Amino acid sequence: MALSGLEIFKLLPKTNCGDCGVPTCMAFAMKLAQKKAELRECPHASEEAKATLGEAGEPPIRLVKIGGANALEIGNETVMFRHEKTFVHPTGIAIELRTSEVEERILERIKEIENYTVERVGQELKTDLFFIVHDSEDKGDFLKAIKLVKQNSTKGIILDCENEGVLREGAELLKDDRPAVFLRKEVSDKDIELAKAYNLSLILTAHSLEQMLKQAEKAKSSGLNNIILNLESQNAGHQLQNSTILRRSALKRNFRPFGYPLFSRIHEKKELDLLAEASLRLCKYSSLIVIPEYDKALLYTLFTLRQNIYTDPQKPIQVDPKVYPIGEPTAESPVFVTTNFSLTYFMVSGEIENSGISAHLVIVDTEGQSVLTAWAAGKFGGEKIAKFIMDIKLGEQVKTRKIVIPGFVSQISGDLEEKLPGWEVIVGPQEASDIPSFVKSVKLT
Amino acid sequence: MNFEIPKEKNAGQVFEVTIGATSENGGTRSRTVTIGGSMSLPFLFFEGEHPHRPLVAMEVFDKVPAKLPDYLLDYFCEVIDKPGEMARKCVDEYGAELISVRLEGTHPEKGNKSAEEAVEVVKQVLKSVSVPLIITGHSHFEKINEVMKKVCEAAAGENCLINYVEKDNYKTITAACIAYKHTLVAQSPIDVNLAKQLNILLTEMNFPAERIVMDPLTGTLGYGLEYTYSIMERIRNEGLAGDRMLAFPMLVNPGYESFRVKEAWAAEKDYPQWGKAELRGAYWETATAMSLLLAGADLLIMYHPKAVEAVKKKIAELYGQKKGK
Repeated sequence: MALSGLEIFKLLPKTNCGDCGVPTCMAFAMKLAQKKAELRECPHASEEAKATLGEAGEPPIRLVKIGGANALEIGNETVMFRHEKTFVHPTGIAIELRTSEVEERILERIKEIENYTVERVGQELKTDLFFIVHDSEDKGDFLKAIKLVKQNSTKGIILDCENEGVLREGAELLKDDRPAVFLRKEVSDKDIELAKAYNLSLILTAHSLEQMLKQAEKAKSSGLNNIILNLESQNAGHQLQNSTILRRSALKRNFRPFGYPLFSRIHEKKELDLLAEASLRLCKYSSLIVIPEYDKALLYTLFTLRQNIYTDPQKPIQVDPKVYPIGEPTAESPVFVTTNFSLTYFMVSGEIENSGISAHLVIVDTEGQSVLTAWAAGKFGGEKIAKFIMDIKLGEQVKTRKIVIPGFVSQISGDLEEKLPGWEVIVGPQEASDIPSFVKSVKLT
Repeated sequence: MNFEIPKEKNAGQVFEVTIGATSENGGTRSRTVTIGGSMSLPFLFFEGEHPHRPLVAMEVFDKVPAKLPDYLLDYFCEVIDKPGEMARKCVDEYGAELISVRLEGTHPEKGNKSAEEAVEVVKQVLKSVSVPLIITGHSHFEKINEVMKKVCEAAAGENCLINYVEKDNYKTITAACIAYKHTLVAQSPIDVNLAKQLNILLTEMNFPAERIVMDPLTGTLGYGLEYTYSIMERIRNEGLAGDRMLAFPMLVNPGYESFRVKEAWAAEKDYPQWGKAELRGAYWETATAMSLLLAGADLLIMYHPKAVEAVKKKIAELYGQKKGK
């Protein structure tokens, strides 16, 4: 049964020592009640508190960390649909490294993947983990691959090795790096002992809900917390349904054995099949996806999908307020102005590009609101735009003294001209899609 | 611990909509297609039936779009400007289950072709393929009303899916669909309430509910996909909960929207971190299509043959076929 913040507070030491990272016991109790903290973060909790709060204090889906200093955090999700609240920990993306490859090739791949980052709307997008597959005879290959990753990357590691002894040696090499271990077979007592000894997360693999339950209960009852569930289904349809059942059981029924992040390893060979499957897993509840190949276009697509799905629906993505060159503008090129809502920016810049002209696009800070919303909230009026244009000294960058504003705010044109002496305001179209025909019919400079 | 599968009961069901007509019903199609009918969230067979799998249409043009990348044009070579032949190629070689005829060339600023020319194109396509057709228009109200009236009349009895009407322009085209027995797309700008309002307006004109398909407006990957995705999930949830005015099958446009954005055509040398250009548009389209399928799409209009192949294959797997190795 869920306890209220006040009920939880009564069980805490009430010393306000701050050792849990929150200044007061009351604030910590509130966080516990909202399932944003765990009782184990309080080093002074009494046995009574532990017993009473116990599972009630845990979030419905556990937070699991993989990696050392740059650990990936997954789990702690609280909703089935992103419109209900938000998905909090973006899916981790791992790429396979196979020990059957020659050392030079492995090293080259590690470096490529490590160096691969791509920017999109102000976020730096990259892969999160390496998935090391021991698919060669020699145990030395496996340990060598681990060392190569450690030397060349700070990303976390998932180990896939069927030989227990070799796996232990690998875990020893990573004893401060909190790796995860992918189990192909049913979890054994030895796996659990190893996980405890080396602070590993275990990825449990099963082929039915019943098997998944049995293994999760076994790992959980032995005291392990860092568990990840890999339920492999016979086809995409069963997979989607099983993932939904696991997530729903954890969130709606508070069914503890399934309260862990979900894992997917993609096996498809053809690029587009691989992407289709990965897209499916990303949208529907995988917190960790392993991709067999390194392909920049495919990763960029998946990163963008991840960014879209994990965006907070209440907080629109914003672009930096500044002047953006569209095409290859010169001092003679025309000037457009709009808001810093990312979608507005994309639409307007895309349509200016489609029109075939080059232009300067002035993006004003409207706290991520779209044109009409920003105008209604007083964030996109004549004074605000004029001030920004003067602050960035636009007049020194361009020769034109005309500026195109969105058609939806035609009413601000008088005010803007007044606040921006020497400039003429042209009212553009309401819809970005009409920009190409607009630029043909109106003289912009 | 006892485990019970957490099932959710749904009071509502998505309307079943049939597109196309065979000779028995006054058309010339070799078969009709039906979409919709879902009784639970997409592909969740454990708690509700899904009698009709989502379908993939491909698109042909009365005027070749200016900006399609070469690597896409290569699949159509000499037929890209011959809508009839291109339609046949899409159906025979690339597995299109319907054909959308896009009449963008009738837009006064994009070619200003006449309504008669549009009728000719539609007739050509009707003749060259036997799958049901979608007729796709544009946002110039006056012109598209004139074009759609003539096209609806010329294709009377074929039960085409007339794509689209919107809140500020629905009466003329809806009346033509009633008169000549076509099915209709109701488009609204990524908004649950506006979508519902338009559907109510259509049914108030006595347009039959079982002939409405909703278009929630597709934002492609990286360009508003998250809005479309969430609006569709909300619409489908409401429809299944029993709101009949939101319980229509949904149409999305991953092809048109994906091949308009920079990611589909920018060269690798200009954007080295975006990777090889050759399949990037197809990747973009596939990711958009897959995510929107999960959000409730019943009909997808797509462009790249490889993306069509991958998405159709995944739909079949979602309907239970085992994975091919």
